[in-house]
Amino acid sequence: MMVDQFVAQIRRLGHGVIDAVMRLGFAARFFMALILASGTGLRRFSLVVREIYFAGFMSLIIISVSGLFVGMVLGLQGYNTLQRFGSESALGVLVALSLLRELGPVVAALLFASRAGTAMTAEIGLMKSTEQLVAMDMMAVNPLARVIAPKFWAGVLSMPLLAAIFSAVGIFGGYLIGVRFIGVDAGTFWSQMQAQVSVRTDILYGVYKSFVFGVVVTAIALFEGFDAPATAEGVSRATTRTVVISSLAILVLDFVLTAFMLGGN
Amino acid sequence: MANDPSIKVECNILVFFHLIYPVTLLYMSSETLVEITNLDFSYPNRAILKGINLSIPKGQVVAIMGGSGCGKTTLLRLIGGMIRAQSGKVCVGGEDIQGMTRDQLYGMRRRMGMLFQFGALFTDLSVFENVAFPLREHTDLPESMIADLVLLKLHVVGLRGAAYMMPSELSGGMSRRVALARAIALDPMLMMYDEPFTGLDPISLGVIGKLIRDLNDALGTTSILVTHDIHESLNMVDYVYFISEGQVVAQGTPDEVRHSASAFVEQFVNGYPDGPVPFHYPAPSLQEDLRMGTRK
Repeated sequence: MMVDQFVAQIRRLGHGVIDAVMRLGFAARFFMALILASGTGLRRFSLVVREIYFAGFMSLIIISVSGLFVGMVLGLQGYNTLQRFGSESALGVLVALSLLRELGPVVAALLFASRAGTAMTAEIGLMKSTEQLVAMDMMAVNPLARVIAPKFWAGVLSMPLLAAIFSAVGIFGGYLIGVRFIGVDAGTFWSQMQAQVSVRTDILYGVYKSFVFGVVVTAIALFEGFDAPATAEGVSRATTRTVVISSLAILVLDFVLTAFMLGGN
Repeated sequence: MANDPSIKVECNILVFFHLIYPVTLLYMSSETLVEITNLDFSYPNRAILKGINLSIPKGQVVAIMGGSGCGKTTLLRLIGGMIRAQSGKVCVGGEDIQGMTRDQLYGMRRRMGMLFQFGALFTDLSVFENVAFPLREHTDLPESMIADLVLLKLHVVGLRGAAYMMPSELSGGMSRRVALARAIALDPMLMMYDEPFTGLDPISLGVIGKLIRDLNDALGTTSILVTHDIHESLNMVDYVYFISEGQVVAQGTPDEVRHSASAFVEQFVNGYPDGPVPFHYPAPSLQEDLRMGTRK
């Protein structure tokens, strides 16, 4: 009896591992097919522009408001810490570097995954469960090229722009608190920032990060929608998985990319 | 006078009947449009179709009937090339669907139309844009011509007045009529209907049935109808195949079906709860399951 239970558990474990490997393989094939189908999708750029409106433009409010408050918190916390060492003049640099190198790309990507990623998963999942994708395929129109590739490229293009807007609004939030509210000298705030922030190692590294996050988050969101079981529960679970997997991927990749970028300096 | 819209519509109707319709008729030159030979299909651990043979003559409306889960929709998907069989052949217009590349398959699908069970309309597009979708994707027609063709197709299904409504504003029957207009947008040689009568009120059901028959005759297409609705179907189809347990168990014209001596057909036509299709799903005996006689 004990042996039977042990064998059953080993079998379950084996099934789980095989299923996970198969899903990973399917995801890789999906991604390859998506890239191959992108040519047709990109030729009709109006489809990408439409998706940029839904994924990017419609995310502007949450990105801007979050960026403003994150910047304001950085202003408060940064001033509180820096004044202990008599370095309040470095507040602008602290706010800018924190946002451009880390918080801008990472928080914007997390927000993008929660707002646009889940919307993409739900839309693709519902299109699948209501047979819209298979109907399109039966009309000799490749759904990967017509529906999924434009969403993918819209996500990839929107993410760095959203991260940039997040950082810019965040710096403005830091300025409001640091300069307008606490009274740090405005000239010092901006000139220190201008002197210490490098385009190549600070701004561009942030852009690279947000580009990678854009690829990963959008690909995960689209795959989860495409792979969702055609039921209400299946779509709901896929939407949850999009947030969980995207968030973990963003944080793990952020560490890996930061390690490579700092190692390269 | 030259810009009179009614003249433009009439010109397009002339184009339709003098150019497109004769081309469609050309497909009717030989006898059989769809030929299925020794077709086997199974999902992991479950055989769905076992050595099916059937042929669909050109220009006819043929119904494929059987209980839920007997493989009717699977058969349609095999004909459309959406899935591939383990063995056997599916030939449409003399070409083997199973061996086609994606491009060849897409070429063939441009000559097919399919009406899905609940319409499968694109929910982010209006009725007009749904019907225009295949025309925009596969033709370079000017916008004015597309608009005329879409309105004509919608007129045929009686929904020209609903052209600018969204799919969420339509009833089930209207959705299916719009989907039908979209499916015939490119004047297909083969139309496939997957459970077109499910969930419709008697009037909508009659409308859809009449449209299927009329469109088939007017456009010279061939229609395959997968359905449970025996009474509506027998009034409008030319031939019926019955499928049970993955095999063709009976076939014939509606009259032959009505007078069939087959126990399966009798059960199906009269809706008997028990017969060749048993009421109980296979299981051990009740005594065995309840452990009668072995309990202490």
